[in-house]
Amino acid sequence: MVAVVPTSSAKGAVVTRRKSRTGYFLLLPGMTWLAIFFAIPFVTLFMTSLQAPVPGKSGQYTPAFQLSNYPDALAEYWPQFLRSFIYAGIATVLALLIAYPLAYFIAFKAGRWRALMLVLVIAPSFASFLLRTYAWKTILADEGFITTFFNYLHLLPDDRILNTGIAVIAGLTYNFLPFMILPLYAALEKIDPRLLEASNDLYASAFKTFRKVTWPLSLPGVVAGTLLTFIPAAGDYINSELLGSTKDRMIGNVIQTNFIEFRDYPTASALSFVLMAAILVLVFTYIRRAGTEDLL
Amino acid sequence: MRWIRRHFIGFIAILVLVYLFVPIAVVAVLSFNNPEGKYNTRWNEFSFDAWTNICGVPGVCDSFVISVRIGIISTLVATILGTMIAFGLVRYRFRGRSSTNLLIFLPMATPEVVMGASLLALFLNLRFPLGEMTIIIAHIMFTISFVVVTVKARLQGMDPGLEEAARDLYAGPGATFRFVTFPLVAPGIAGAALLGFSLSFDDFIISFFNAGTVVTFPIYIWGAAQRGIPVQVNALATLVFMIALAIVLITQLVGSRRRKMLEQEISRKSSSVDALVPKS
Repeated sequence: MVAVVPTSSAKGAVVTRRKSRTGYFLLLPGMTWLAIFFAIPFVTLFMTSLQAPVPGKSGQYTPAFQLSNYPDALAEYWPQFLRSFIYAGIATVLALLIAYPLAYFIAFKAGRWRALMLVLVIAPSFASFLLRTYAWKTILADEGFITTFFNYLHLLPDDRILNTGIAVIAGLTYNFLPFMILPLYAALEKIDPRLLEASNDLYASAFKTFRKVTWPLSLPGVVAGTLLTFIPAAGDYINSELLGSTKDRMIGNVIQTNFIEFRDYPTASALSFVLMAAILVLVFTYIRRAGTEDLL
Repeated sequence: MRWIRRHFIGFIAILVLVYLFVPIAVVAVLSFNNPEGKYNTRWNEFSFDAWTNICGVPGVCDSFVISVRIGIISTLVATILGTMIAFGLVRYRFRGRSSTNLLIFLPMATPEVVMGASLLALFLNLRFPLGEMTIIIAHIMFTISFVVVTVKARLQGMDPGLEEAARDLYAGPGATFRFVTFPLVAPGIAGAALLGFSLSFDDFIISFFNAGTVVTFPIYIWGAAQRGIPVQVNALATLVFMIALAIVLITQLVGSRRRKMLEQEISRKSSSVDALVPKS
């Protein structure tokens, strides 16, 4: 028997959602894949984070319940943790400032160029992430135009950009910019332009219209965009490795070297687990405070 | 002055777009470089060598082929699994909807380094040998969510009246799906597959954790970054960029032209219908 229950879709039209075994059948293969290769690995990651080394054999560990791995790892690597969140935070704010005008333009002013401009926003991701990051080495080079310009203004503490935290933040900002632009655009595009006209008709200045109408209505996009930028930026280690010095290493670098080079699996697992937990806590408090829980 | 104020935002928007393309321009320009020394970061002199001899450096084209193969297989599987989930979520009722949604959302909100590390922890504990297989497993895992989101959006934006009309015209469920639902959702599925391929082809972090000794194209670039990236890599990346951009632009163009033709046809038909209706 098939029970037909009407539910309202996003557009307000009535859609019939059937209840039958077919639904489970459609979900089963994909969800099983996610359960085995996404959810269960977190269990093994947690178990690995508690393992103890086998005495005398480096790179070998036995199952244990060594909770001290966590404080040990944090005591050693808290500066990288802190740096990751600071760098990712600055990059997210910069990306928001850069992305907003473009998203606004595409949503309200682009007219028939809208589709083309959206393609151009996504297009950079078709060129290799690593090579694009590497290209910043050329752009920010010591004798390059940008570094010379900022040095002329005496704005650089180390007289250079490459191999400093500034280069890492610049790389992070650039690399995750499309993740900021697209959700912002999606939110701005939903705003009825008549609301902006109404505000204008009621003698609100352009700035006041933005502050009282546009910005509040675009908040879901701001929340989604900042999350989609902050999360990958906090875990990234490519920008730090290619553009920064050893003083600019982030938590991703630590996890990667501990896992793959030092084979210190418990430490690396503990750090991964803490990173994930910290990000989840951050995401949920942020979403709750911004009041956009329907994002999930 | 007013002209400047009116066009200020457009000016900024174009500047941001230019900014997005600056590094790509650098990659493309340096593909015509004949670098002095081993690091291809400074312009030296013009050369066509990398383009005429694109596989000239050992390992470059091998890694490229491996990445294409991994991309095709994982995109194919992820697109099928993800599309099935999207249909299930939009069309059927079932228990555990919110936890299902959470399991789909979380891979997109997890830093790659955590996903790579946890998957490696699983494979290590199972003593599962690392290689192309483990990379494909990982790529399918993180691509599924993006496919679900893309196809779901398309399904939800569809006018349910079209399927009702098909049923009213005595089309069975199979025929309705084949002639109405699938053609309407197909562009969404194609878009999801394109996105999936580009995610897989360009992935470095998760692949690096689970690759064992396999060298994909991004892993090759990572290794080469320490000892100098061959110019051929720039040429290949530029080529991939151009091909992908061409595919997207052409599909956009064809899509908008088809829409225009459809609109014209509809307006022509409705005007001929108008002519038949006697004016009161």
